[in-house]
This record gives sequence, C-alpha cells and structure tokens, in this order.
Amino acid sequence: MIQEIFSISFLTGLLAATFRMSTPIILATLGEIIIERSGVLNLGIEGTMLFGAAIGFLVTLGTGNLWLGVTMAAIAGMVLSLLMILLAVYLGVSQHVAGLGITVFASGLSMFIYRIVVGSPTVPPTIKPFVPIPIPLLSQIPLIGPSFFNQHALTYLSWILIPVVSIFLFKTRSGLRLRTVGQNPFAADTVGVNVNLVRSLSLLVGGALFGIAGSFMTLAHQNMFLKDVIDGRGWVAIAMTIFGNWNPLSGALGSLLFGFLDAFQLRLQSMGMKLPFHVFLMLPYLITILALISVSRNATVPAGLLRPYRREEKGG
Amino acid sequence: MISMNLVKREPLPPWVKIIIPFSAIIVSLFIAAIPILIAGGNLWKAYGSLFFGALGNRFNLLETFVKASPLILTGLAVGFAFRSKFWNIGAEGQLYAGAIMATIVGVYGTGISGPLKIIIIILLAFIAGGFWAAIPAFLKTKLKVDDVVTTLLLNYVMLHLVGALLFGPLQQPGSSWPRSPQIAKDAFYPILIPNSRFHLGILISFIAVLVVWFINTKTLLGYQSKCVGVNIQAAKYGGIHTGKVILLTALISGGLAGLAGAGEVCAIQYNLIMDLSSGYGYTGVVIAMLGNLHPLGILLSAFFFSVIEVGSQTMSRMSGVPVYITGVIEGTSLMVMLVFLLFIEYRIKWSKS
Repeated sequence: MIQEIFSISFLTGLLAATFRMSTPIILATLGEIIIERSGVLNLGIEGTMLFGAAIGFLVTLGTGNLWLGVTMAAIAGMVLSLLMILLAVYLGVSQHVAGLGITVFASGLSMFIYRIVVGSPTVPPTIKPFVPIPIPLLSQIPLIGPSFFNQHALTYLSWILIPVVSIFLFKTRSGLRLRTVGQNPFAADTVGVNVNLVRSLSLLVGGALFGIAGSFMTLAHQNMFLKDVIDGRGWVAIAMTIFGNWNPLSGALGSLLFGFLDAFQLRLQSMGMKLPFHVFLMLPYLITILALISVSRNATVPAGLLRPYRREEKGG
Repeated sequence: MISMNLVKREPLPPWVKIIIPFSAIIVSLFIAAIPILIAGGNLWKAYGSLFFGALGNRFNLLETFVKASPLILTGLAVGFAFRSKFWNIGAEGQLYAGAIMATIVGVYGTGISGPLKIIIIILLAFIAGGFWAAIPAFLKTKLKVDDVVTTLLLNYVMLHLVGALLFGPLQQPGSSWPRSPQIAKDAFYPILIPNSRFHLGILISFIAVLVVWFINTKTLLGYQSKCVGVNIQAAKYGGIHTGKVILLTALISGGLAGLAGAGEVCAIQYNLIMDLSSGYGYTGVVIAMLGNLHPLGILLSAFFFSVIEVGSQTMSRMSGVPVYITGVIEGTSLMVMLVFLLFIEYRIKWSKS
C-alpha cells in the first residue's frame, strides 16, 4: 500500500484530483471574499451552491448544453442574492439569520424543483459531464502535465479568477471603493459612494460565483444531482475566507489544502482501505477547523462586516 | 430621485410582538402556495391534507407530538445560545453526540438496569451534546475562532464520525449496513399514552421548556447570558466573566440538543443510524428565531413545524407535492419573520432627494 501511494501514477491522480476538488471551493471562496470585503456575511452560500448545482444540472439535462447549465446556475445564484440584498442590505436585518434563512429556503427549493422535474425514478438521471481539456504541449510534461494542464474549463476559470479578483480588489478604484464600504461605510458615504449599491453588486457577483461553484459539482465532478452533493463546501468556503484573511490568493491556497484532503480521501476510498472511509471524509473538515484556529487570532475582519448601513444611525 | 429610509418608530403595543410569528407563518404559507401551484397541486387539497395529516385524528396528532419533541429541544438549544450571541448552528452535530452516548449506554451498559439506565442515558447524552458545543465556545472565547463556521463544520465532523463508528466499532455484528445493534429493552423510553408513540422524551422536552424559561428569567446565568448577547463589551466592564458565561451557555445549549439525540435513539429508532436526524439541528435555528428566542415561542413554533413536517408526508401522498416544500416553508417563514421584526422597530420613510 505504501508503495502504491508513492507511485507516479498515484501522485499524478492525486494532484489532478486536488485541483479538481478545490475548484468549487476556490470559486465560492472568491465570491465570499468579494461579499465580505463589502461588509456582508452571506451564510446563504451553502443553499445557493445547492441551488446552482440543481439548476445547472436540470438545464443541462433538458438541453444537453453544459455551458447553458453553468450560465443558468450563475443566474440562479444571482436571483438568490436578490433576497440577501433586500433583507441584509436594504432592510438591514441580521445577516446571520437572513443568510441561514436563504440556505434553508434554497435547499428546500432545490430538492423541490428537482423532484418536480425529474420525479422519483429508481435510477437518478445523468448528464454527459464536462471532460478535462488538455492544454497542448504543457499537458505532456510528466507529473505536472496530466495533473495541472489537463483540467476542466471551470478549473482553469477558477485559476484565472484568483488574480483577477485580487487585482480588482487591491489595484482598481472600484476595488478600493468596495473595500472602503466594508471597512468604513460612513467614510465611503461621505466621499459619495453608494454603500448599499456597492454591497448589492458584490452580492450579485458573489451569488453568480456560488451558483457556478455548485454547478461544478453536478456538471463536472459528478454527472448527477444528489441531495448532499455540496456537503458543507459552502461552509468550508466561509472558513477559507477567514483562513485567507479576506485575501484571494491565500483563500485559494486554503482551498487547495481542502481540495488535497478531499482528493486524498477519494483516492484512499478507491484503493479499498481497511479503515472506515468516514474517517477520511471527516479529515478535510477537521483540518479546516485546525487551519482556522491557526490564523484566527491575527485575523483582520473587515470592520463594517455584519453592520447594516443606515445613514441616520451614524456611529450606531 | 426617491430614496427609501428606515426610521425608528414609536414603540408598538406588546400584543403586536405576539401576533407577528403567527402572521409570518400565514404569509409564508401564502408564498409557499406559489411553488405548490406551479407543481400542479390543488392548493385546498394540498394544505387540507397537510393539516389533516398532522392534526386530523388522535393518531396523527400524537405523531405530531412525537416529531415536535426533537424540534423543541433543538429549538431551545439554538434559542438559548443565540440569546448570548453564541452562534450555535451546530445543534445537528450535538444531537448526534447525544445519540452516540445513548446508543453506547443502551447497547453496552449491561451492568445497569431499570430506570437508572434511562437516567444515565439522559445525563450522558446531555453531557456529550454539551461537550460538543463547548469546543466551539472554547475556541471562540480563548482563540477568537468564528463560532458560526466551527459549529457548522463540526456538524460534518460529527456526521462522518457517526459513519466511522457505524462502519467500525459500533456496527451491528454480522451486518454490512451502517447501523448499531439494538439498544437493550430497559433503555427504551417508556410510552406515556397507550397505543401511540407518545414517549418520555416528549415529556422531557416540555420540562426543558420550563427549565430554560426558569434559567432565562430567574437565574444569574440567564441574566448574564442575556447581557453578553446584548453588549459583550458592556458585560465585561460590568464585571461579568464573559468567557465562562459563553461556555456555560454552550454546555446547556449543546446538552439540550444532545437530549434530542437520545430521544430519537431510545424512543424512535432503538439503534443508531446515519439518518437519525432529518436536519432537526438546522430546523432548530428557524424555530428559535420564529419563537423570538423565547421558550414558549419556541414550543409553539416547534409544534407548528412539526405539523408541517408530519403533514407534508400526507400531502405528498395525497396531492403529489414533494415533501421538500417543508424547507421552502421554513426558510420563507424565517425571512418573513425577520422582516416583520424589523418593522416593529422601524418604519419606511420615502423622501425625495
């Protein structure tokens, strides 16, 4: 067994699976970072991802078009963001509870819609999922090639988005505005930034990313929709947001760690380990908690997080 | 351009606060009617069968009590924690912690017999649930780790721990299914109403309502816990040992959820399985909020959601509306409740700018 673990083919498979399994976490973490940087905690993430997974799957099931599925999943995520915008931004109710409400609502709705469309067949319907796209030449490199340069389109997209979100947040005027809104909404308002509009736009972009992240699970990682297809990955993304100190690059690195543990667990399962595989299923979540513990004392939470903005209640 | 602002309103009479959860429920039933109609269901038939299925005869009504028991306990667990702004969204995991303990005592506690066994089960389930909630509380107070995330992630750790146990040391010998052996007969919760499943756990959950109400209103811990929730800084300056209060609050909160797990093992399943809870821990959040974190309110809203969950089974059979409508109703009523609570304090002022 040990020999098997250190073989090249095992390592290649493990690395490839690491990048694959971290994709939804990276996408969702980037979305949550954008949202939290503007001062909103979106606990609707888990339900939104499930909704994206369901809608993406059903659209693809109906049309056979994977990219249409991804697009509709993004739109579905944005629709749920509208709820958060209404509740948490414009009405300013508790972000914790509003987000949880959206997760409960969206989880129920996802399963409801799935049942309405598909019914209850004994064998769940499947779609033809995304296949990895090898990048010419680069995918020929041993070890790195097949693992790094033979991935799903959405995985490449997630990598491109890491610097894009980073540059947007830290190098552009709009990014500065967004961060100011999250740090000190009153100051932002004073210099003429529409606080609630910025927060709403952040939620829309984030919601789209959650939807896409969810659709990755049903359109690329698997080829069917199951009730527990997201399995806490939304909450993991929230943990990675904190772990990465609200920084896209560090958040993505944390996501890779989770992806690695998730991939490791899958590999060991397929090798038929004697230990109950649930021990390994537990591991990614446990390590995520440990990772959180290691950084939490030095975390610099956006100061305006969780605070609804009401102009009349300056300093309130 | 017209802009919308929220301004504080004159305090409303107290009865408004009492009727808003009911109004929230009614509004959410209207909203949930939309997906039911889209699903091609007949609204009268759907809701009719829902309420008949939950309340229509003696058997259904008692079953609704059976379902209400874990919901009351997880609702109390969440409500008690939220009061101190300890964001315990981990009642699901704490429930399983209690269930594991109940199973271990129930299966292997052969040395103890009679009512003593049930008392030990109740105590250990409470402690196990409390312990599982104390971890995130400790991490929050000592290491500033966000409690929302840890309580949520610990749910998944616990769920997979249960899986590991059920495929490992707790698996029924000779079985390939993930389930434990049956607990001993004297670990079964006694049935209190003949020819039904109305069991001891239901009585326990009602007592828990009274106990939590008592802690909230008559004890120092209840007062301090509330102070920490309202303003932790002020509580600290006022000399309250906030870390200790949060830890104690977590212990009680998780303990209540642990009792729910013991009830499901000792009165419903008689063994441990992975699907022991149908998300009671998460529904507990909705119940606590809808009950305005007040024990009596939690009791009522737990009963309401029990009606929805029990009745939706009948509704699904009679009118073909998928049972997942319960999640839609739960989520909607939570959001509507939030909006209503807001408009108790604020009103909208439109102004031209």
